[in-house]
Formats: sequence, C-alpha cells, structure tokens
Amino acid sequence: MENKIIEKDFGDLALNMGPQHPSTHGVFRLKLHLEGEKINRVESYLGYLHRGVEKLTENLDYDMIPPVLERDDYLSPTSNSLGFINTIEEMCNIEVPKRASYLRVLIAELQRISSHLVALGTYGLDLGGALGGGASLFLYCFREREKILDVLEVITGTRFHTNMNQVGGVRYDVNDESLNKIKDLINYLKPKLNEYYNVISNDEIFMKRTKNIGIITKELVMSSGGSGPVARGSGINYDIRKNNSYEIYDELSFEIPIGKNGDSYDRTMVRMRETIESIKIIEQILEKLPEGALCSRKPLKSAKLLKPPKGSHYKAIESPRGELGFFIVSDGTSMPYRMKIRAPSFSNLSIVEKLLPETYIADAVVILGSLDPVFGDVDR
Amino acid sequence: MNLFIDFVTPIFLTISILILIVAYLVWLERKVAAKMQSRIGPYLVGKPHGLLQPLADALKLMLKDDSSPKNSDRLLFNFGPIWVMVVSLASFALLPFVFENQMIKTNLALMLFIAISSLIIVGIFIAGWSSNNKFALISVIRIIAQIISYEIPLIISLLIPCIIIGSLGFIEIINYQQTTWFIFYPVIGQIAFILFFISSLAEGNRIPFDLSEAESELVSGYTTEYSGIKFALFYLAEYVHLFGISVLGSIIFLGGPSGIFFTSNFLIVFKALLLFTIVLFVRWSFFRIRIDQLLKFNWNNLIPISFVLLLISCLLKYYMDLVI
Repeated sequence: MENKIIEKDFGDLALNMGPQHPSTHGVFRLKLHLEGEKINRVESYLGYLHRGVEKLTENLDYDMIPPVLERDDYLSPTSNSLGFINTIEEMCNIEVPKRASYLRVLIAELQRISSHLVALGTYGLDLGGALGGGASLFLYCFREREKILDVLEVITGTRFHTNMNQVGGVRYDVNDESLNKIKDLINYLKPKLNEYYNVISNDEIFMKRTKNIGIITKELVMSSGGSGPVARGSGINYDIRKNNSYEIYDELSFEIPIGKNGDSYDRTMVRMRETIESIKIIEQILEKLPEGALCSRKPLKSAKLLKPPKGSHYKAIESPRGELGFFIVSDGTSMPYRMKIRAPSFSNLSIVEKLLPETYIADAVVILGSLDPVFGDVDR
Repeated sequence: MNLFIDFVTPIFLTISILILIVAYLVWLERKVAAKMQSRIGPYLVGKPHGLLQPLADALKLMLKDDSSPKNSDRLLFNFGPIWVMVVSLASFALLPFVFENQMIKTNLALMLFIAISSLIIVGIFIAGWSSNNKFALISVIRIIAQIISYEIPLIISLLIPCIIIGSLGFIEIINYQQTTWFIFYPVIGQIAFILFFISSLAEGNRIPFDLSEAESELVSGYTTEYSGIKFALFYLAEYVHLFGISVLGSIIFLGGPSGIFFTSNFLIVFKALLLFTIVLFVRWSFFRIRIDQLLKFNWNNLIPISFVLLLISCLLKYYMDLVI
C-alpha cells in the first residue's frame, strides 16, 4: 500500500546494483528502490555463483572432497577443508597427531589474517573508491597478504588452495627454514597490523562513514543466525574456537574481540583486532609445536576404503566469516549420501534486506562491505 | 593575415601546450600515487619511467570504437564532452601564464574566469541526462547539488583578496603581491586559502569530495556510458579544470610570477604544480564522505566562515581607506 503512494507522489527509482557492480563483492544483485538518495525497499537476488558443491560431493569419495571444498569460500580455503575433515574424523573416530593439529591451526590462522586483510582492503575500496585513499589501503593490505601467501607457498607448495589438510592429519611438514620464514613474517606483520589498526580506527572520515551505520541489534543477529565478526561486532560473545573448541584451540590463549554497538565500525574493528589475536596464536604455535607423526592413517591404496559408519553428524568450526558447519549423512559407503554446508556468509548476508531501508545509497555499499560476504560461500 | 597571427596562433599554442601539460599531469598523478602506495607506476612505455605513457593512453582512447547506448539522446550525448572540454579550455584565455599577458584583457578577469569555469556543470548535466542511465542520473543530481553549494565559498574566498587589493584583474593582483604574497597576509590570508583549497577540491571533484563519480556506488557516475575519445575528453577536461584552479590559486594566493630570487611567468606554473601535488596527496590518502555530510559541512561550516571573513575584510578595507 505504502509503495503505491510513493510511486504516485515521487516516483520510485529502481536501481539494479549488481550482478556486475564494482562493490557487491562478487556476483550479487540488489534491487534498490530509491527515493532520491534514500533507499525505500530492497530486494536481493542470490545464486549467480551457484556451483553445486553439495551435490558434487555426493559423487566423490571422502578423501577427494577437501580439495573441492577449498574452492568454496575462496578467501579462506583451509577453513573449509578443516571443517569437513573435522566432521569426518568425529564420525570415524580418527585420532589426529598433535603436530598435525598444530600445523592445521597454523595454516588456518595465517589464512584468517589474509582473509581479514582482503576484507579490510576491499572495504577501503568501498569507502574511498578505486581511485583514491581506498586504493591505498587496498594495496597496502594486499602487499601484506602477498607475504602471507609466499609463506604458504614455502610450506605447502601452493599459494592459496593449500591442500594442507587430509583426513587423519596434514600433508606437508614444516622444517627449520619454513619456521624461520614464518617467524620473519610474524615480526613483519605485527607492527604493520597494529599500525593499520591505529590509523583506521582513528580516521575521521572512516568514523563518519561507518559509525552508527548499519546497526545490527543482538536480536537481529540471533534471529537470522549471524555469526563470526558480524555477531561479535554486535556484542555477542560467540566464537567456536572458544565456546566449542576444536583442534588445539583450547591449549592456546587468545582473546575474543567484541564490539559494542553492532555498527559497521565495530564489525571492521573486530576483524582487525582478530588479526592481531591470530598473530598471538601463531606465536604460541611456533613455541609449542611438538614433534611427531603428520598423519595417523597409513597411506591408503584406494580412496574407497574410507567409509564412515551409517548415520549423520554436524560439526562447525570458526571460519573467518563465522560458523562454518558441515552436516554429513552417511549410508555406509565411501561417498556421502548428502552433505549440507552451513555457510556463514549466507546467514550474515540475510540481514542485509533488513538493514538497508531508510539508508542512503552510499551506506548500502558500506553496510554490504562490513558484512564481508564471499559469494563462493553464499551460493556454494 | 594579421588576424591569423594575432588571434589564431596564440589560441592554438595555448591549447596544445595546455593539453600536453595536462597529459603529463596524469602521468605525475600516477607516479605520485604509485609512490604513496609503494608501487612503481607506469614504467615500461617509454623508458625511463614511462614517459610516453600519456601519449600511449591518448592513442588507445582515440582508436577505440565509438559507441553510445541504445536509447540515449545521440545529439546531446555527443555534445556533452565537447561542451565540457571547450569551456574548461576557454577559461584559460583569461589566465596570464602562457604569454606575457592574458589573451583577453579585462579588469574583470577573475569574475569572468569563475563564470566561464562554472559553465562546465552544464556539460556534465547534459552528459549525465542524455546517457539514459540511472547511475549517471543520480551522479548528475549529486554533482549539481555539490557544485552549486561549493561555488559560494569558492567565490567568496577568491573575493577576499580582491576586496583587500581593490581589483578583479589578475595584473593588479599580481602587482600587489610583489612585496608579500596574499597567503602571508595576517590571519585573513591563511583562512581564505584554506577555504579556497577545500572548496576547489569539491569543485574539481577530487576525493574526499568526488561524489559524482563515486565508483563504488555509482559505477562511474556521469561517464558510465562513455568510452573512447569522448571519455578521454571528460578526463582531460577534469584535469584542465583542476590545473586552471591550481593556476588561479597560485596567482591569487601564492603571488603568481613573483619569487624570492627572480620573477618569471614560469613560476606561476611551478606554483600551480605544487598546489596540484598537494591535491594529489589529499586524493590518495582520504576516504570519500557521504553526500549529505558533504552538503552539511558546506552549509554549516564553510559558508558561515566565509561570510564572516568577507565582512571582516570589507571592514578592514573601509578602515584602511579611511586611514589613508
């Protein structure tokens, strides 16, 4: 009813933001109904990057699935395979050697930093444009990320889709040379990340653009299943690394950064403080890294030999974007009967339709960027 | 024959030199930006340091296929970039920096300069309207609101030196500043310069005020549908306009050709380049602010300050005249 009145009086301009738009962080379409600069109504359209990963896994043996899943959330590949492998290991009761578990967390935390750096850099592009200060922030973030990828290459031979994790352990070991490289990286990153945090958190224009913009209340997060920095930015102390610890996170000491107001500023700050916490985690891993085997399973002659017992299991881990869960139904064969990925970006993105009305076009970009969706993860 | 030598040659020379300068301003900008972002910038096209890059870019844009959207108003669509380019070049006829004197000799040069250069907005509006694109439309609405509001503090900040000096002609302004540049005029000079700097950033569509082509929101603003040589004209016009404003700043606030050791018209361009580089530093280190914050900043802060300053300088001038 209200919409009709608006169209009659002012005319309501429908603007398609996406699927090809510089700042939708992928192929996402927002249909904005505008009244001047103000957004009245929003419709969002998903599915432009749907690759059918869940269906694809039904025809793959369990050992073949992790490399496929790493293409899912393409900014933090390791956390995908880590979540899946954790689920399988719980289903089959496979023990993981301590050293392997430490190495898994090491790679996961390195990629958490790299993912948050991409989030911050692209957020700069959203705020400041590709031809301005935003581009400077973007390029600095990518310079640091490049260093992380170089170290990943030294450890695993691959820059990005590391294939580090396998059921029962890890594939690649670290030696003194690669440990030294990691130490150098940490010494390099520590002052840089602190510097970026100090610069960005006190930037006048940054605060003007993000404070009190896109406030997500606790209730809204709870009702829509938001997690990760989106939930923590709203003041919800929920991090699976602490709350429902997996791997060796319970042996490490780190803090969970939490925001107050739940606005875009808090979400960004939570992400930036998380990178600093990740550095602490990596330092502890380098100190504590035990000697031992890399994998508890013997090399298999065929991938068909891994058969979880009949039944279903759900296990979630904390990816850089939030609760990444895997629900696997096994019928006792070497392939899953059904797998469902609980993608954090998908739940976080569902808040967008409720946030955007009554804001300006410029805010739409800021709010969308602060949720940090990855469309490989949303559409799967 | 006389007409040709007296009239056409200086125009032709001015335009060609100007376009060359502006092409290399783009190169300078890319190099400065690269330094600020710890990159190298243009390097390979024309060693050393990609000095032929502007020519290569211009050639590429000229050879591109000329296209216009299906439902656009073709006449206006083609007319927009031409208008913008012509107007931004025309304002240089008044600036006394290429030859000994400006081409048009008038004692209202400053007023005319502002009047001509504010006509650019008409071309931008034509371009955005005729593209038949929603992004271009919103961008045009933004830029009109922005330029109309920022024109006021810009003009007032330029009027303050004129009131104290007592003339609107560039020659008189330059002569007055042979002893002290206006930027060193106690209190009023500095505030006026800051006002001028901020509002000319908004006039020249630079970050943090480049809302008309906010590419994260509006794809590319009013140039969304333009490509090839037409886009190049917009791009060139933007830099010509910005360079024109830098020259204006160097004449009115930085003393024009008068230097510490020698006096030369070369110094006008040098000071303008200095101003331009400061604009570059601002551009590559700030985020963009929102349109409502931009307008609020103008109407709440800049305009009251500029009017108070104008009143003070009028009273000062009146008092000085009484004393003399």
